[in-house]
Amino acid sequence: MDAETLQQLINGLVIGSVYALIALGYTMVYGILGLINFAHGDVLMVGAMTALQTMLFLMGVAPGMSPVAMLTLALLVAIPVSMLIGYTMERLAYRRLRNAPRLAPLITAIGMSFLLQTLAMIIWGRNYHTFPQLISTTPLQPVEGVFVTPVQIVIIVVSALLMIGLTLLVNRTRIGRAMRATAENHRTASLMGVDTNAVIAFTFIIGAGLAAVAGVMYASNYGIAHYGMGFMPGLKAFTAAVLGGIGNLGGAMLGGIVLGLVESFGAGYIERLTFGFLNSSYQDIFAFIILGLVLIFRPTGLLGERVSDRA
Amino acid sequence: MKTLLEARGIGKRFGGLQALADVSLTIREGEVYGLIGPNGAGKTTFFNVLTGAYTPDGGGFAFDGGELPTGKPHRVVARGIARTFQNIRLFRELTALENVMAGHHIRTRAGIWGILIQNRHTREEERETTERAYELLRYVGIERFADTVSRHLSYGDQRRLEIARALATEPRLLALDEPAAGMNATETGRLKALIEQIRGDGVTVLLIEHDVKLVMGLCDRVAVLDFGRKIAEDVPAVVQRDEAVIKAYLGGGKHAH
Repeated sequence: MDAETLQQLINGLVIGSVYALIALGYTMVYGILGLINFAHGDVLMVGAMTALQTMLFLMGVAPGMSPVAMLTLALLVAIPVSMLIGYTMERLAYRRLRNAPRLAPLITAIGMSFLLQTLAMIIWGRNYHTFPQLISTTPLQPVEGVFVTPVQIVIIVVSALLMIGLTLLVNRTRIGRAMRATAENHRTASLMGVDTNAVIAFTFIIGAGLAAVAGVMYASNYGIAHYGMGFMPGLKAFTAAVLGGIGNLGGAMLGGIVLGLVESFGAGYIERLTFGFLNSSYQDIFAFIILGLVLIFRPTGLLGERVSDRA
Repeated sequence: MKTLLEARGIGKRFGGLQALADVSLTIREGEVYGLIGPNGAGKTTFFNVLTGAYTPDGGGFAFDGGELPTGKPHRVVARGIARTFQNIRLFRELTALENVMAGHHIRTRAGIWGILIQNRHTREEERETTERAYELLRYVGIERFADTVSRHLSYGDQRRLEIARALATEPRLLALDEPAAGMNATETGRLKALIEQIRGDGVTVLLIEHDVKLVMGLCDRVAVLDFGRKIAEDVPAVVQRDEAVIKAYLGGGKHAH
């Protein structure tokens, strides 16, 4: 493998892990409610902006604090705030629409997305903010010509740990079993003693927590945060979830990684492929070409077994 | 004998259809109580109202010395009433063991913190839940299928699994909705033995069933519903000879002299 290929592979894994974390939130909610929560990307933004706000505050009151401690504290604020947003959306909006025709919650989700973006715009303004890069972005060079930054390594490691944790949570614990039971049939689950409202709220909360971490990692990687930053990764992660088979946890993880790799290699080779007509700033088209192809040729996704009777 | 469940004047209307009209009945602790009636008499509706799936229009339930919450299924389960379904409703993608463990959900407490840090209490509880689930699978005789995804079980075994799942909620009252439907004579015989065993272990049983022979052979008392009304309630031998019951089953015209 030459240096360039290896480099694209690493870049793809980094962005793919972030997509996978976000995609898990989409797919869990879809699995349980059959709802595409289009506001999920904006929960990511809330996480990143809250973390930014916390860091700025800490830099003001305790300038000597170690970067790792500061980042940890920022996450400890950002995660609960995002979880609260996720919970509130479910409680105030989606729960009331649970028995409504499917289009109603979908449109409400889009409304929620606008609402969160607008609120963020009111609080933090329309400007792009510099996101403090507390983990070093000085590239290491493990192989001649291949660059990896410490923040990229952290992203891959943290994502992998979270995905393993979520898999264990869903497959090995009491609450995970209740989630799977509820996903299969709300009514039966509640007749068997599962408090399905609590399970659904919990699903939103976990998804929002993962999104908050993804948001902080995304902003740390690019060094930028603003009120609309959740839109594109949200849409990409939705694509990843569909690619993997929406409703399927393993599918969301696989879809995220595959999408990240396709984007990364696509961006690397697009100029050569189109004889210089398109350059790497067009990398976003790959995600949507994939979305189109999957929906046409394999609507159940790579790992999907659920018949797509809901979307 | 002590009263376990008392239904008082239960009514339920669907649009123009009066599915249940002023149904009152009393189930005593430790008995097998049969609820029979022609198709559409309101038996399953009664189950659905009792277990909180539907909210009744009128009346209420006293259970074990307190009011039952209506319209809140999981809280009814918490109070000690569990059910099975006429058309099997297992968690199809979960294994047999997981189905039973899911039934135990209401009796376990592990919260999110316990689960995240996996403290001793959580691990202990999970271990007990697993053990108990194996025990129940053994109890209904399908332990060898513990790790089989439930949709792959045979029809009779799926019915048994539903019973095990219901028992996992640790009920005082087990409500069985046509458990023998679609079973052959051998399977029905084994089912009868199982229900007797359950009663012997101190669980009261409410049984909806079409198989008259099974009902008459198994039940201590029987209530008959017809067009949403209770038309008889007594020991099987008396109910069998009841004029109104015979009329309801065979049709009004034949016996009108």
